[in-house]
This record gives sequence, C-alpha cells and structure tokens, in this order.
Amino acid sequence: MTISESKDLTFECETGNYHTFCPISCVAWLYQKIEDSFFLVIGTKTCGYFLQNSMGVMIFAEPRYAMAELEEGDISAQLNDYEELKRLCLQIKRDRNPSVIVWIGTCTTEIIKMDLEGMAPKLESEIGIPLVVARANGLDYAFTQGEDTVLAAMAQRCPSTFTTGINPKESNTFSSFFNFGRKQIESKDGKLNPIEHQPLILFGSLPDPVVTQLNLELKKQGITVSGWLPAKRYMELPTIQEGNYVCGVHPFLSRTATTLMRRRKCKLISAPFPIGPDGTRAWIEKICSTLGIQPNGLDEREQQIWDSLTDYLNLVKGKSVFFMGDNLLEVSLARFLIRCGMIVQEIGIPYMDKRYQAAELNLLEETCRKMGTAIPRIVEKPDNYNQIQRIQELKPDLVITGMAQANPLEARGINTKWSVEFTFAQIHGFSNARDILELVTRPLRRKGNFRELGWNTLIE
Amino acid sequence: MKLAYWMYAGPAHIGTLRIASSFKKVHAIMHAPLGDDYFNVMRSMLERERDFTPVTASVVDRHVLARGSQEKVVNNITRKDLEEKPDLIVLTPTCTSSILQEDLQNFVDRASLESQADVLLADVNHYRVNELQAADRTLEQIVSFYIEKALKKGDLVLQKTRIPSVNLIGIFTLGFHNQHDCRELKKLFLDLGITVNEIVPENASVTNLKNLPQAWINIVPYREVGLMTAEYLKNEFNMPYIDITPIGLIETTRFIRKIQEMVNQLGGNVNFESYIQQQTKAILETSQFIQPNKTNNRKNFTKKAIVFGGSTHASAITKVLVKEMGINVIWAGTYCKYDSAWFHEQVKSFCSSILITEDHAEVGNLIAKTEPDVIFGTQMERHVGKRLNIACGVISAPVHIQNFPLGYRPFVGYEGTKQINDLVYNALNLGHEVSLFEVFNDSSNNLTLKENISISWNSEALEELKKIPGFIRNKVKRTTETFAKERKIESITLDVLYASKESLIN
Repeated sequence: MTISESKDLTFECETGNYHTFCPISCVAWLYQKIEDSFFLVIGTKTCGYFLQNSMGVMIFAEPRYAMAELEEGDISAQLNDYEELKRLCLQIKRDRNPSVIVWIGTCTTEIIKMDLEGMAPKLESEIGIPLVVARANGLDYAFTQGEDTVLAAMAQRCPSTFTTGINPKESNTFSSFFNFGRKQIESKDGKLNPIEHQPLILFGSLPDPVVTQLNLELKKQGITVSGWLPAKRYMELPTIQEGNYVCGVHPFLSRTATTLMRRRKCKLISAPFPIGPDGTRAWIEKICSTLGIQPNGLDEREQQIWDSLTDYLNLVKGKSVFFMGDNLLEVSLARFLIRCGMIVQEIGIPYMDKRYQAAELNLLEETCRKMGTAIPRIVEKPDNYNQIQRIQELKPDLVITGMAQANPLEARGINTKWSVEFTFAQIHGFSNARDILELVTRPLRRKGNFRELGWNTLIE
Repeated sequence: MKLAYWMYAGPAHIGTLRIASSFKKVHAIMHAPLGDDYFNVMRSMLERERDFTPVTASVVDRHVLARGSQEKVVNNITRKDLEEKPDLIVLTPTCTSSILQEDLQNFVDRASLESQADVLLADVNHYRVNELQAADRTLEQIVSFYIEKALKKGDLVLQKTRIPSVNLIGIFTLGFHNQHDCRELKKLFLDLGITVNEIVPENASVTNLKNLPQAWINIVPYREVGLMTAEYLKNEFNMPYIDITPIGLIETTRFIRKIQEMVNQLGGNVNFESYIQQQTKAILETSQFIQPNKTNNRKNFTKKAIVFGGSTHASAITKVLVKEMGINVIWAGTYCKYDSAWFHEQVKSFCSSILITEDHAEVGNLIAKTEPDVIFGTQMERHVGKRLNIACGVISAPVHIQNFPLGYRPFVGYEGTKQINDLVYNALNLGHEVSLFEVFNDSSNNLTLKENISISWNSEALEELKKIPGFIRNKVKRTTETFAKERKIESITLDVLYASKESLIN
C-alpha cells in the first residue's frame, strides 16, 4: 500500500482539546451486537458514571455489561488484582453464563499498570470462558476507536481452521460452501450465481439489517462474504486464513486492519467506505476489481438512489457544513455531503490514518474536483475553542458537533446536528443514504419553520 | 473491586464541577484524560444551557504519563485566563489523574502568579467522597477563600442589612428541580417581607461572596449541599442557619416559624402566623386529597408506599406521605450512606424499616419482595416499577431530562405542596386505572387490528423481519406485503423486502 499524500489535501494538527466520548462507550453497541458476550469495564466511578449517563435508557435493560469498580485498596495494591478479577468473573459466569468476557482496560488500569493481558490467559483456563482484553482508554483513543481496540483483540481469536458443529443452525451457507470443496451452489432464485473467488471477510460492527443489506449488494455481484468480524455471536467468529481478503466498513478500524494484515496475514482491500451511494458504489467496485470480478448494474443502482434523494438534495445544495470532529466518520460523511452539493468548510477529526483511509481520501479529492469545490482542510486533534472562533467567523449553515456544544451554538443562531447520531443511525449501503440526509437536513428543515418568527439568536 | 452497574451519586469531580459552573465567571479546568468532559454534555443537554459550559480539560495523555504534565496545566490555566477572563479558575483532578500524584498545588501556585484570575485546586479525595460530598466541600472552599481574601483586604462588611435578610445556600446546577425551588423560595421570602441577600452558588459572582455576612440568617434547603458552608459562616461570624427543608405543608410551616423565631431573636419584629394560616387554608380547600377523612374513597389511602432517594427528598417525602396523606410507608431509604444517622433520626417514627444502601439491586429486590402499591424514588426505581408493574413518582436525583421540566415544578413551599399532591395522586391513580382497564378489557374485541394478507415469506426474509424492532415490525410487514401484492410477487425474499424499503423512499 502506498501512502497517499496529495499536495491538494491539507492536514493540520491542533492541540487535541476537543470534546468526544470516551472509547469505553463502544460497549454500548458491541454488547448488543455480540449477543453472547459480556463486557467488563475495569475502571473507576468516572467510567461508570459516563456509561450510565451516555447509554440512556439502555442501562435499565439489564445490559450485559458491568463495571469492575476499582477501590482505594485496588489502586494501592492492597488487594490482589488477579483474585479480585477472578471473583468478579466467576460471579458473571454464574449469573449470565456468557460465551466470552471482554475486559475493557481504562485509563486507571493503564496508570497503575495492571497487567490485564498477562492475567487473562491464566484466568481463562481457570474459569473456562474466553477472556478478550481490549485497552479502550481515553489516554490513547477517542470514541469509536474503542470498537477498533475490541475488534483488533477479537481478530486474534478468529479460528484459522474450519471447525464443524459450532453452530449448525446459524452457520451460513457461505462457510459451508467452503467446507465442501468449493462446489458452486445454486442460489434460491436462480439469478445470482456466486462466482468463485478468494474468501472475503468484512470487518466492522453494524446492525444486523445493514449486514444483510451489504451482503446482498455483494451477492448481486456474485461475491460471497465468508464472514464478518464481529459476528452475531462470539462463537461464530469467522474463520480467517492466511491470504484471505479483508475489507473494512468503518473508517475508524485501522488497528483491526493492521492486526488482520500483520498477525493473520490477510490482504486488505483498501476501499472508500460504504457510506452514501457514491461510497457504497466505490466500495463494491474496489472489492470487485480486487477479486477480479466485472461489476454490473452499479451505474443504474447508484443513479437510482441519487434520483430518490432529489427532495433532500435541493435542501442541502450550496449550504456550508463544518465538522468539529469526534467520531472518525467525518471524512466519509464530508465526501458524501460534497457530492450532495454542500460546501465543507472544515473536517475536524480525532485521528487520521492516511494509510487506512487512503482510498477514502482519494475519493474525497476526486469528488471535490468533480463538484468544482475547494478541498476542505482536515484538522486532526482539533481545538474546540479555536474551532468555535472559526465557526463564528465562517457562519456555516450547519455544524456537525458533539452534544456539549450543540445547544450553545444553536443559541448563537448556528444550526447544529449531533455527531453521535451518525454513529448510531444506519448509514451504510445504498438504501441508507436517505437516512444520512434525513439527519443532516433535520435542523435545516426545522429552523426554516422558525425563521419567520424572527428568532435567530437567543443570547444577548 | 466491586461489580457495579449503576450508581446513585456520581464521582467527586462532578460535584466540584457542578459548584464551579454554577457561579458566574468561574472556569473549571479538569486534569483528565480525553472523554472525561462528559459533564459538559450533561449540563448542556439536561439544563438546556444556552452558554458553553465553563469547563475544559487539560488532557492527560501518553505524553503526560511519560513526562508529567510539566507546563501543560499551567499553560492551560493561563490560556483560559486570557480567553475567558474569569474571576476564578478551579483546577479539578479526576479519579484517574489523582493517581498520578502530580503536585497540582504547585501548578496552581505558579499559574496564579501569571493569571489575572484567582486559581484554586479543588480539595477533594476522589476515592473517599462522592459527588454530593465533594460539592459540599467545594462550595465551602470557594466561600472561605473569598471571605478570607476580603478579610485580608479589609473590605469585608459585617454590618447586617436593615431589613431582615437571608442567604440561600446550596442551589446549583443539575440539582433536582433546583431552579424551580429557587424561584419558589424567592417568592416566599418576598411574601414574608424578607430580602434575599445572596444566592450561592447558582448565578452568583465570587466577588459578591464577601457580602454573605450581611445577611441575618443562612438558609440551607437541601441536606446534601451547603451545610459545610453554613457551619463555616456560623463559626466565623456567628451567623445562625436553618436546615429545615420546606417540603410539604407541615415542614413549610415549621420552616417559616423557625425564620420568624430567629428574626425576632435577632431584633426583628415579625409575625407570619396569618400568612401561614391563609396559605395553608388555600391549599387544604383545593386539595381534598390531604384530608382523607372527607373523601369517600378512603380505601385509596391505606395504600402501601416505599420511598428511596437522596437524604433530603426521601425523608421529606416520607413525612409528607405519612403525616399529610395518611399513606402507609412500609420502608424508606437513602443512598446517602455517609449521612445515615441523620436519615434514621428523620424517618424512624414514620416507617417500620429503613434501608441505607448504594446498591440498586438491593433496592430492587426489596421492592419486589415488599410489593408496594406505589414507589417514590429515582429514575432507577421508576424502571423497577415498570418491570414489576408498580406505579412510580420520581422524587429525587439521579434523574433524566424529563425531570428537568420547562414548566414550573418546584418541590418546596406552597406551590411545591400542590405539585407533590399532583404527583402522588397521579401515581396512585395511574396504577388504579391500569388495573381497572385490565379487569374490564375484553381482548377478543381487538379484531380490528388483525390482518388477513396471505403472502408467504421465505425463511431468510422472515429471519430479517424478526430483527426489525418490535414497534415497527408490523408496519414493515404490512407495507412489504402490500408492495409484493401490487407487483404480483408470491413469495417475499430478502430482495423484495429491501426493494420495498427503497420503493418507500422513492
């Protein structure tokens, strides 16, 4: 892979004084995704308080997550970490009997240098439940990168040989396809004949309906997806073998990609991410070309989606947007919005992996040229205070920002959209493009109705 | 280590931040890793604040771990000093940063040489105190700092105001209905002809703290926050304080009489009896509820209730339920473990057993075991109630956005009494209504909702349908079937399901 650093893209780096969620928030969506898992966050009251408040009503639904709350005795090593964790894990085993316990290391475990990776294998054999360790802490990572640390750890746990009988009911036709001598199987409606190609594994946690949609899009091109990391259940983690192709669906999974390449000897398909019809199309095309498959029908498919978006496109066309940056989806979203006719003034982003996002950055450049707009600057580790000065100067039509700044900006007459909604909404694939624009235009539509009342700012 | 899913009171730094950000022109700087500034989200979303929360982080990252904060904290303090020009900057350690054991006091000392603002280090132990205790301590710390500063400068005015006056201590951001309570208390004092000298910390300026001793009496409406400050002022200036919470008619009366007594002791001459009579009468007239003897459905009032919450609200509501409404409180409890002796003292004569715990599961289990007719508690108890089908009224933090209502909903004073009456009555009546509905509901009448489309779903599509959240599943099913019918498709596959979704979009 080559490092793409075009002269035209500008990257800046500020102070890193920005608001984002702590990466431990990934337990909120991962415990729902991996149905037989249990997430144990080893940290302090601060971590617990954050999760309890950010998860909203989820916390009342008896989630498969808990805090191992460190007390003064743990910090000063008066208590034995191993014995303490063993006691809690046995309790979890007794009460919930999960197929895997994921330990989430936090800032505190880093500072007191608790050796989670060292303890896990020993405890694992003692209690008989797999223990996966992910250090998703605020010292090193931001928000969605939490998922990256968990998936990178899980990538190591994917089996490398096919085993039978783990889950005969759920094991999909695709993996059995590889089991029985790669015999072509007739798809049910007879139209979509899978083409023989190297196994492809996709990585990134998505809601099941979106997984099905993306599988289906690839199936239409004759591509079979051998598995997803993560799968619905820990017991169904995909088999990964040397030489398999892997491709990411989220822009924030660089560690997972690295792990799959270096530790599992997989070949990474570097593609733009399937966000927006343009992104989805480019994603499929790249996968097709890597696997030596001639894509077909993509032109019409993409055009059809764009046509269906006309009403929203009229609303956003020519409007300016400013990404303050907190979840790493920013480049993909900006690229899609530019294609929609918006003017992006700044792309703030917590962390920019130019290698992993190379194809996405290329598509961004290409899109800007195609649409005849200036290439926005990309600000890594932004400084929220400086950004607010810039926002007040630029007066963008829409600021995509965290919830800490949204209300104050609104009071100053600036339209905002909470960035966190893009992480929880379904935004991948062709048919969800509309959902992205629904989110983006909501504040614009709502404000349109109020403007005639003459209230734009609410501060003196 | 302990296994925890839910905590009633947050970590210490939240308390400090709540106090700091309640003052005007006070900026808090957290010494914390990225993501610990969640407080800003809570304040902005729950209080629906129009201004940026005056809290920033001096981020602790790998570099800080390796080399210490060095200039970083000092630079962040002086930077904020220039940008925001606050009166005071409070450096706040967090659970994480306090383990680093950096000499933050040293940074504070250095920064205060360069900055225009005063700089303080929040003095709380993150592993020993919770949010509420930390808030109490921080308020005292800031007040005493400015009192001592004024003493040194010699501009402390000890002369009492001519008209009887009070300080309101402990009204602050993210407090349970605090804004409304504050307005109600101000109205009460206006009615009584008493001036409100200072309200701290909500919307107060630190430069005005030197005026605190001019008031005749300090009022501490909530047990959790403000007592340390009131004690400090009592020790320093011999200022008396009242720590009665005016929730419910009886306690409000006791509260007003206590003020009357104190004002008269201090040389005033007031008589509030006719005011009390008039207000009480007005409420008793409109509220048949408070006089169970007059109502004909007396059965309602042998209801069993449980109460759980912060020490102030749980004890006050227990008293209201038992003394003013004749409801049988089978047990009352609080999560303010550190204050359990006081809580015992308050409620022991009103309920048969008392629960002091920070463990929500213990509360939940006891609710399930004792099967009350109604629950008065926090958000957590509300959800326990939902699971067990027991009506619930929320009477204490921790709470969600719905407990930061835009409408006027005080808990204290006379207006608060009406509000509590509504709350209790609605909670009881709702439970009653639900059970009546179940008794009279004939489920065979619900035929109108049934569908009779007969189109087959293949197993893949059916599997996918099951993944769609329950509340829209039927709608998706119907629209897909209609879509299939229109196109003469006999069997619904995954393709059809998604084609149908896309057709809706077009």
